[in-house]
Amino acid sequence: MTHAHKAFASGNEAVAMGVRLARPHVIAAYPITPQTTVVERLAEMVEDGSLRCEYLHVESEHSALSAAMGASAVGARTFTATSSQGLLYMVECLHYASGGRFPIVMMNANRALALPWNIYNDQRDSLSQLDSGWIQIYVEDAQEALDMIIQAYAIAEHPRVLTPVMVNLDGFVLTHTYELVDVPSQQSVDEFLPPFQTSNKMDLDAPTNMGFTATPADYMEFKYQQHRAMVDAAEVIVNTDRAFGTNFGRNYGGLVDSYRSGDAEFILLTLGSVTGTARVVVDQLRAEGHRVGLVKIRYMRPFPARELAALTRRAKAVGVLEKNISPGYEGTVFTNVNSALAQAGSSPLVLNFVAGLGGRDIAKADIARMFEQLAAGAENPPDERVIFVTLQVAVAPEALVRYADEGL
Amino acid sequence: MTRPKLQPFLRPKHIDQIPCGTCFNAGHLVDANAGWRTDTPVLDQSLCTGCLQCYLLCPEGVIFRAESGLLIDYDFCKGCGICAHECKAKAITMRKGGL
Repeated sequence: MTHAHKAFASGNEAVAMGVRLARPHVIAAYPITPQTTVVERLAEMVEDGSLRCEYLHVESEHSALSAAMGASAVGARTFTATSSQGLLYMVECLHYASGGRFPIVMMNANRALALPWNIYNDQRDSLSQLDSGWIQIYVEDAQEALDMIIQAYAIAEHPRVLTPVMVNLDGFVLTHTYELVDVPSQQSVDEFLPPFQTSNKMDLDAPTNMGFTATPADYMEFKYQQHRAMVDAAEVIVNTDRAFGTNFGRNYGGLVDSYRSGDAEFILLTLGSVTGTARVVVDQLRAEGHRVGLVKIRYMRPFPARELAALTRRAKAVGVLEKNISPGYEGTVFTNVNSALAQAGSSPLVLNFVAGLGGRDIAKADIARMFEQLAAGAENPPDERVIFVTLQVAVAPEALVRYADEGL
Repeated sequence: MTRPKLQPFLRPKHIDQIPCGTCFNAGHLVDANAGWRTDTPVLDQSLCTGCLQCYLLCPEGVIFRAESGLLIDYDFCKGCGICAHECKAKAITMRKGGL
């Protein structure tokens, strides 16, 4: 039984502590950089007896999530974790888990996708899986990571939701950096998170068919039901966050968090750890008299469409900063935001700042420049709304002539 | 050896009658599935010794015991012929056609 205490922990260690407090029955995971230390810490906890659970060693991510589904199908609380190539290797199982309504909680360390091979942070792995039927959370720091693992179980296992949850941490930037974290007591978490109860399981006393086929006559209703559960999850998410605040003295605003956006003319939307940097830039620019603000998108599914439209209602220009690109079009977050604003009848200028791919740093000066571009764009909207930030080379074709002369 | 019966399928009228996830009462067989049978096993009760080899080896689990002796559930028999091949008493013969 752990007592409430403070710990100096990395993002990954905070996740492991959150998982232990949630008392899963089964953990099945395969190590991959930069997720590895999550499952290492959990293995140590099982070894030293501080976490009583079955720890399954599997031979791949596909097997990890499959094993978690099997355990969930007998009513067990389950956890797994992955990253990047590992997440993509389990894609088939992502749909299986959400369609089977297995409330598995998974941590994903956001990492770039090959090729080129790269182990550093961006968010193209999880953002490519928005359609997989998983709730997606993006956290900013280690404290939020620990807290959201606990909230994730309460949300996933809620009878109206019964949907798996993916908790995303920026690889290295968050998974491997250390901060002081409040670790709640086991008793307080037990009070917040009751044991997992479900009728969606194999049971000798009430035998069921599981994982069955549905023909064209029935399949679509299952997908509608899944969609509705995800829509309903929005309210459960807000209520869970509020209850968490009552119990632990910390909450996060539900689907979104906003910072100095109330009277802002120019608002930047962010996901994950870069939010902290953007907050500092907002403070600097505010001190200079610029009316700028920030909205942190905490959930990509369910998508906070109404919340974003309401928070940006008075803005002249909105920037979407994302570590993602859907090649040939634009960033997926940008697509989602534009759809939300269009449906709300809101039409500020919206620019897409594609940044941080493959772990490239996003500096305060880069973010300040984004606000400058929003201000300039509000006056003269640019032709190109998708802007790759911090490219290190010229991209205009006519510029090549100049550099070719230098013999490169 | 009691078998679940083919039950009439009551089509759901409301979304809440659709199972949550792929989980529903076991033994709820709603569709007969025998359409690809080309030859049909026929059991001669007078030759049957009740050794149950056919029951054990039937890959579809369609042979079952009733008061009158062993019966074959033709709603699900695929006509593979394993029962007839394995029957030492020659009590099962394959008749041409799906019947």
